[in-house]
Amino acid sequence: MDHTPFIAGAYGIGVIVLLWAAIAPLIKKKSVIRDIRRLIQVEDRSVDSNP
Amino acid sequence: MTEENKSKQKPRKNPLVLFIHKLGSPAYFYRFSGKFIPWFWAIFLVLTAIAMYQAFFVVPADYQQGQSFRILYLHVPAAWMSLLAYSFMAIFAFIALVWRIRIVEILAMCSAPVGAAFTVVTLAAGSLWGRPTWGTYWVWDARLTSELVLLFLYLGVIGLYNSIDEPRKAARAACLLALVGAVNLPIIHYSVKWWNTLHQGSSISLMGGSSIDGSMLWPLLIMSIAVKFYYGANLLTRSRVKLLEQDMRKAWVKDIVREGK
Repeated sequence: MDHTPFIAGAYGIGVIVLLWAAIAPLIKKKSVIRDIRRLIQVEDRSVDSNP
Repeated sequence: MTEENKSKQKPRKNPLVLFIHKLGSPAYFYRFSGKFIPWFWAIFLVLTAIAMYQAFFVVPADYQQGQSFRILYLHVPAAWMSLLAYSFMAIFAFIALVWRIRIVEILAMCSAPVGAAFTVVTLAAGSLWGRPTWGTYWVWDARLTSELVLLFLYLGVIGLYNSIDEPRKAARAACLLALVGAVNLPIIHYSVKWWNTLHQGSSISLMGGSSIDGSMLWPLLIMSIAVKFYYGANLLTRSRVKLLEQDMRKAWVKDIVREGK
């Protein structure tokens, strides 16, 4: 029995799952920082319009 | 007594206690933990490269299992890490429930997805190792089933945390579930002793030595240290993002975003 597909499959799944688990928080961070920047802009604008 | 003498007589706090108090501040935790993350990733990558090189190019094939035993360099460290991540989550959950420290609540909740990822890897790699070795991808034996229950516990904690809108209430409920689920850890560990399982018993023991050859053992130990750094880096990254998300309207978060960190 050729074991290569089993080894490749196991390591392939391992890499995909662990890579996704590592990248997911970075994608989330980008969107959170975008939201915070928008919030800062809104607050800055309201300060400018009501000096 | 002069003011100067009075201030001299104030009891000085233990530096360790002071440091732990400081870590409880979200702003301090965010900045402090950020310094470790790149180092943790670097150590993880270096150790993984060493372990994988040895596992694929140095270590010979097993005389019984053949080439498929190389899957164990992923399966075993992932399995150990899935248990350790749950242990950390349960410890954090206990501290969070007793002392109500928000950062520890966040650490407990951020442990769950990392632990779940390791459990998925354990089950998938174990299944792919089982087919050429046992002749089947899956059997409902005690070790495999209790590891699957561990995955469901992780998913339960993640699901419960995300189902409640108020983050602190959500964390308390999920911490309670995490703590109750810790009963599964000794069941997983001792399942191969308590029941007659297809899954073999421990090959490596801290006290009783190892039944596998040293040349095969070292890459396994290196890989198991590497995944600890992966866990640390991933946990801290997730915790920092969660802090930013929860404290979005607070001044320290706005300062950090303005600084571009």
